[in-house]
Amino acid sequence: MSKLASALGAGFLFGLGLWVSGMANPRKVLGFLDVAGNWDASLMLVMAGAVAVTLAGFRLLRGKFEHPLRQHVDARLVGGAAIFGIGWGMAGYCPGPALTALSTLSAESIVFVAAMVAGGLLHRLTQRG
Amino acid sequence: MHDFTPISALAGGVMIGAAAVWLLAANGRIAGVSTILHGLFSPPDIQWRAWFVSGLLLAGLAWQAAGLPVPLREGFPLGWLALAGLLVGFGTRMGNGCTSGHGVCGLGRLSLRSLVAVVTFMATGMASAYVMRHLLGAAS
Repeated sequence: MSKLASALGAGFLFGLGLWVSGMANPRKVLGFLDVAGNWDASLMLVMAGAVAVTLAGFRLLRGKFEHPLRQHVDARLVGGAAIFGIGWGMAGYCPGPALTALSTLSAESIVFVAAMVAGGLLHRLTQRG
Repeated sequence: MHDFTPISALAGGVMIGAAAVWLLAANGRIAGVSTILHGLFSPPDIQWRAWFVSGLLLAGLAWQAAGLPVPLREGFPLGWLALAGLLVGFGTRMGNGCTSGHGVCGLGRLSLRSLVAVVTFMATGMASAYVMRHLLGAAS
């Protein structure tokens, strides 16, 4: 199978997993993040199911990684993750669900994905200064 | 809509994990969606990323074609969505990953960096959801 076909297939399976798990629905994601509301632990199980598979699979494929494992924790990593989380908790979309939700052409998915791309490009501009 | 759905959550999670293992096995790549998305705008290696994103979109189309429920949200303020999208786009570039790259893949690789990132974005995500819903009373 060509590398493009496997990229397409993996993207498709990944996206299907997001729909099956309910994570394509931002209300479901917010049901997890809003611990003070009617808490929904589903997202934790999605993560547990996914990580159980990657833990086993990545162990078997150790030699396949393009980059060595980096363990250096710095302010940029923590700051970036913190900013991402704020945006995630505001609307309930992270990149994967937002992209697969874009297939509905809902106004909110279009606005979110466009802004997300713009945010990435904005970060690139700050790196040039 | 906020009911706990453990079976479908686990099943979907296993599919997501399998997709990440597949991409590593076949392409030697990490299934980090934010990195793949932003990589579309920085050559080289645009092509496989475009195919992966196409797969994500096709999954949504197939789901709708099969007549399965599509839980669209109505009336969420588009201004908030735009601000949220900007923060997600900027933050994932600055921190080199999101829920898939740091969460699904990084944790599976036993990366300390990813564990720190996951704990951080879970914490700020929960704080942000709290502020939005309980202090600002934003639509959900």
